[in-house]
Amino acid sequence: MSDISISVEGLGKMYHIGGELRRSTTLRDAIAGAVQRPLERIRHPGAVSRHSDELWALRDLSLEVHEGEVLGVIGSNGAGKSTLLKVLSRITEPTEGQISLAGRVGSLLEVGTGFHLELTGRENIYLNGAILGMTRVEINRQFDNIVEFSEISRFLDTPVKRYSSGMYVRLAFAVAAHLEPEILLIDEVLAVGDAAFQRKCLGRMEDVADSGRTVLFVSHNMQTIRSLCTRVIELRGGTIINSGEPSAVVDSYLKLLGGSDGEACWSGDDRPGDADVRLAALRIVDMNGHAAPVVVSSQPLLVQMDVDIEHLVPDLTIGFDLALADGTLVFRSYQTDANPDLWPELHLGRNRLECEIGSHLLNDGRYTVFPRISIDRSRWIVDEGAVSFDCQRDPGKSPHALAQKPGALAPLLAWRRGDDAP
Amino acid sequence: MESAVGEPIVRVKRVIKPPKGRAVLHLDELWEYRELLYFLTWRDIKVRYKQAILGFLWAVLNPVITVVVFDVVFNKILGVKQHSVGNVPYILVTYAALLPWNLFSGALGRAGMSLVGNANLITKIYFPRLVIPISAVVGGLVDFVISLVVYFCLMAAYGVAPSWHIVFLPFFTLLAMITALAFGLWLAALNVLYRDVQYIIPFLIQLWMFLSPVAYVFHLKGTWAFFYGLNPLVGVIQGFQWALAGQTAPGWLFLVSNTAMVVLLVTGLMYFKRMERTFADLI
Repeated sequence: MSDISISVEGLGKMYHIGGELRRSTTLRDAIAGAVQRPLERIRHPGAVSRHSDELWALRDLSLEVHEGEVLGVIGSNGAGKSTLLKVLSRITEPTEGQISLAGRVGSLLEVGTGFHLELTGRENIYLNGAILGMTRVEINRQFDNIVEFSEISRFLDTPVKRYSSGMYVRLAFAVAAHLEPEILLIDEVLAVGDAAFQRKCLGRMEDVADSGRTVLFVSHNMQTIRSLCTRVIELRGGTIINSGEPSAVVDSYLKLLGGSDGEACWSGDDRPGDADVRLAALRIVDMNGHAAPVVVSSQPLLVQMDVDIEHLVPDLTIGFDLALADGTLVFRSYQTDANPDLWPELHLGRNRLECEIGSHLLNDGRYTVFPRISIDRSRWIVDEGAVSFDCQRDPGKSPHALAQKPGALAPLLAWRRGDDAP
Repeated sequence: MESAVGEPIVRVKRVIKPPKGRAVLHLDELWEYRELLYFLTWRDIKVRYKQAILGFLWAVLNPVITVVVFDVVFNKILGVKQHSVGNVPYILVTYAALLPWNLFSGALGRAGMSLVGNANLITKIYFPRLVIPISAVVGGLVDFVISLVVYFCLMAAYGVAPSWHIVFLPFFTLLAMITALAFGLWLAALNVLYRDVQYIIPFLIQLWMFLSPVAYVFHLKGTWAFFYGLNPLVGVIQGFQWALAGQTAPGWLFLVSNTAMVVLLVTGLMYFKRMERTFADLI
């Protein structure tokens, strides 16, 4: 048995929420509050002072991770995944419990932390490397590898602000990928970049794990979790509710998620999201606008999202993942995928967005739609909730039509005769 | 001993526990993160000059323009009489006060805003948070050195030779920076808690300028001088004028100023360390 690399005992992290009197965000309020509070006590003697609410983001969490393990952490928003990483990486301190770490810890909670747009790629490699905890000697040693990995060597001396977003992400990840601590903590950062680069990053991560380093990996991408991790824990309410072999844990987690059929609605504070944007409803509807838990592939269907916008934040991307029942991602679509002049206009209040999934595309079986709302490349707003539906494929009139077709999709594509070879 | 690749052979064991009791300064850890301090300072300096059209030229133009303005306003328009000791031109005496003042006010302004300005780092990466205000203060050194060169050119132009007092210049420079850091720690931490502190900082700096012998030479005696000396910059500015422009050496006021500075620094460090635990949660 290999050595224990991370040991967590009875970990708890409490935040104070609400209790506006307790925590003023401006000096003006603080001064006003300091004046008002004693006055209030005089006016209402005996009134209990308003205590702020306690929120335990983590509670009674115990965990042991062995050297060389790649531990996946899954769970819906607010389950405590990010808080766990933040406590492990010492960004914030625990309220109770104890953690022992054997080895240097590198944390990668965001791609390109500390990147500065005015600086060149070369300069940012050094800056970002130093921020991630590499010494100058290490960066010098890895510099060529980083540049090669990032595929941007031609633009090394161009300010990063002139980079495309793809180049930016590639460079940022290249630096992070060459971090060599004994313990690596990674939050949902592989979700960025194009597919080819993602695969490259995953390959690099596998190398890291093979070299005996311990990796703690938070992700919503069940495929990645399955293929990368040696063990998975599921968090809910700040504690571990399931732990074990990756596919077993992922399957039970997905079963739990894919609950609602055809339609999911939320109201008030239950709506997933934050103070800016909330998701009120997610539906699968047919072309007549009726909710449809069962669809036929000969008809197009609509993914309908009711999004409540309190503040019009820039770079808001609203979309969804379409996944198979086992969590395999089929595709992700955003309202901003097309040219900007084709984007549906967003306004304050409730916005109903509809995305048409064309006919003769889906295969037989159960699909799940996961809403995905984010500020592009910066933070997730909604990544929880799900709606499942069953699709019945219309095999069409071909005499060769198969009753069952392999594949995640069964698109009806056009065939024609090409120019005959001479 | 370290291995060839620079990684310690012995694995670092680290235990994370809930904070208890008084926060400790951990200067050793700060030393461990000296490269980050270097890179953050380097970033700030680099970016400051990259964003300006004239770039690095500003660092030279700034003091030169100030000198011209001072000369025109005080010498030509107001006709201020020389209160300086010896035959040192007024402009050299004033400029000797401006040097530490600009270093101080720039450093204080940047340090006060530094934590909030680096919120993205604080919420994503662990490092001793002290690195941020310190780098904000150190980043003012480049401008300072350039201003100093302009000062020496001025001395040459007026035919004034520096005295041996000049060897104390680094000491007074350090004092100016530590004073900025001491107060900057307070402002930076308070700014995390109360975001409107950032609007107060410019007023504070302006007020502070009037309370410091920058554009004037003070003539207070006794108790009033004591209160005046509580401003740590009084000692620093006097020191600069003594080291560079042959003015009266800082006397007992210097002790008052430095005591005030030490108190400010120690309380600032204590407050900063106490608040440090909550920065990532509050910012």
